Amino acid sequence: MTAAILVSIFMTLAAAATPILLAALGELVTEKAGVLNLGVEGMMLCGAVAGFAVAYSTGSVALGLIAATLAGVAAAMIFALLTLGLGSNQVATGLALTIFGIGASSLIGAGFVGRTITRLGPLFPADYAAHPWLRLVFGHDAIVYLSLALVLAVSLFLRRTRAGLILRAVGENADSAHAIGYRVLAIRTAATAFGGALAGLGGAYFSLALTPMWADRLTAGRGWIALALVVFAAWKPGRLLIGAYLFGAVATFELQAKAAGWSFIAPEVLAMTPYLATIVVLTMMSLGRRTGGRDAPACLGKPFPAS
Amino acid sequence: MSTIITRRTLLAGAAATSVLPLTGAQAQAPFGVGFIYVGPVGDHGWSWTHDQGRKALEKEYGNKIKTSFIENVAEGPDAVRAIRQLAQAGDQLIFTTSFGFMNPTIQVAKQFPKIKFEHATGYQRAENVATYNARFYEGRAVIGTLAGHMSKAGQAGYIASFPIPEVVMGINAFHLAAKKVNPNFKTKVIWASTWYDPAKEADAAKALIDQGCDVISQHTDSPAALQAAEQRGVYAFGQASDMKAFAPKAQLSAIVDDWSGYYIKRVKEAMDGSWKSGDVWGGIKDGMVKLAPYNDAVSPAARAAADEVQKGIIAGTLHPFTGELKDQKGTLRLKAGETASDEMLSKMDWYVDGVQA
Repeated sequence: MTAAILVSIFMTLAAAATPILLAALGELVTEKAGVLNLGVEGMMLCGAVAGFAVAYSTGSVALGLIAATLAGVAAAMIFALLTLGLGSNQVATGLALTIFGIGASSLIGAGFVGRTITRLGPLFPADYAAHPWLRLVFGHDAIVYLSLALVLAVSLFLRRTRAGLILRAVGENADSAHAIGYRVLAIRTAATAFGGALAGLGGAYFSLALTPMWADRLTAGRGWIALALVVFAAWKPGRLLIGAYLFGAVATFELQAKAAGWSFIAPEVLAMTPYLATIVVLTMMSLGRRTGGRDAPACLGKPFPAS
Repeated sequence: MSTIITRRTLLAGAAATSVLPLTGAQAQAPFGVGFIYVGPVGDHGWSWTHDQGRKALEKEYGNKIKTSFIENVAEGPDAVRAIRQLAQAGDQLIFTTSFGFMNPTIQVAKQFPKIKFEHATGYQRAENVATYNARFYEGRAVIGTLAGHMSKAGQAGYIASFPIPEVVMGINAFHLAAKKVNPNFKTKVIWASTWYDPAKEADAAKALIDQGCDVISQHTDSPAALQAAEQRGVYAFGQASDMKAFAPKAQLSAIVDDWSGYYIKRVKEAMDGSWKSGDVWGGIKDGMVKLAPYNDAVSPAARAAADEVQKGIIAGTLHPFTGELKDQKGTLRLKAGETASDEMLSKMDWYVDGVQA
């Protein structure tokens, strides 16, 4: 493999990792506040279709990204209204949100099938963005840099700020947080909205950057991978970053190995690699946890007030 | 007139219609034609092309017929329920448009002997079940000819879904045609292990381009690979429909499925009573497989060669699989001058020399 191919592989894997990283980061914050929203796939699809519809209609990818973020928030607010407002079951509601998102995005997107837009391009000028190896650093689009900045911001927010501490307290022990005067439901709603915003943005990365078009179920199950990634990362933003890029690397390697004709590995085995890697890491983490420590927020998925 | 039924409303619908008695053919009631799709009609690929056929029916017959479809039907027990739903709703001719609907179609057809069924891409027939398919490999031979002429690297990438005969024969037809132009031609295959995952299809295209392929062909459903080719400045071919809008520079041509002619003919036969079960495997000659207009980038020589292949196929003087033909392992599959039988094609599980799969 030449250096040029390695650079190209890295560009592909960064692009593959970014939407999963965004969606997973949003879900991580939601779950840190004690809310389990399984509707990530649905929210991503809402973001993907809204982003494409607005970008196509206005000709502005930036407006599309804003619309996608708002659409993700809107979908998350349906979830918040049902689970936090009316106390419905979070798992069932989350699954329903995914099914709703598939249907709603298909309905809204029906008029946009077969259209395309100019994709979101690199952030930096072509001198850097198209340079043979400088593009490793400068060749990405704005969302890739934004996702990395958000990982840092979320990490600092959760660990170093008072607001982050309160959010974690709500997720770890909602009753205690309530007893000392914090508005548990309001904080959980805000965390859910943040999760929806990033899921919407992650979804729009498909329809505006990766594959600039709308087609039904465009995200093809990436929302579920984002959910798994949160567990994989043990609810830590830094590990989430590693996990997302690892997933991107394994998925890209699978395709590169096939293209290079490494016929000593059966294609079926290569297709399994991302999932095998996930199982192996999950198993290793589970073994590590036996020696102490707990990763999941203690109140994850539990309604408040307890019924 | 049309009714859209999704899988989600199917159960409710089944409950509602099963209590209605079967009224049989009423005077002047529109003739019911039903469709079962494996994917969403919005996939812009396989299911979409069948839905275009359904729309052509509505345009042709207007109020004389009433069409309905169920999309996103999983291949398996779900399909039985979906097909039965259409049968009970009064459809008199039902098209089931994916290979995996074969057994469910046969099963439901036994329970509704008066209703006629048409199963796409299958091989099991009955008195009231006909099968139909298109000779896509003829289209592959044309685009393979274009690839042979247009590839400077002498190397094409091929994004394939699953190693079933339909896909394998497509790869072979493409490669044989390209090899006729350039004897050293190589075709690199990536098995995506999916019919539809746009992001993965795009990444597969990028991997093939990284490995030096400058023409991309695909047997998956979305236009994502074409978009990747457009971005990287290489050529590609559309799949199932003309995908020029997605890649105006990259798309050299596209294999276009056109079911409308067959659907219009079969519905007419079903209405006037001349419908008979049978097997139709239509190609370029029948208009079931079409080639999208060539891109301006296609060189005059490539254009002429591709037209020659099309003419030869239509006239019956050229068969994409003509001996002498050896597979990758050197086994003789066709003797000199011999052409592949339909049976051989429908069971193909070997690759011709020069294919890296």
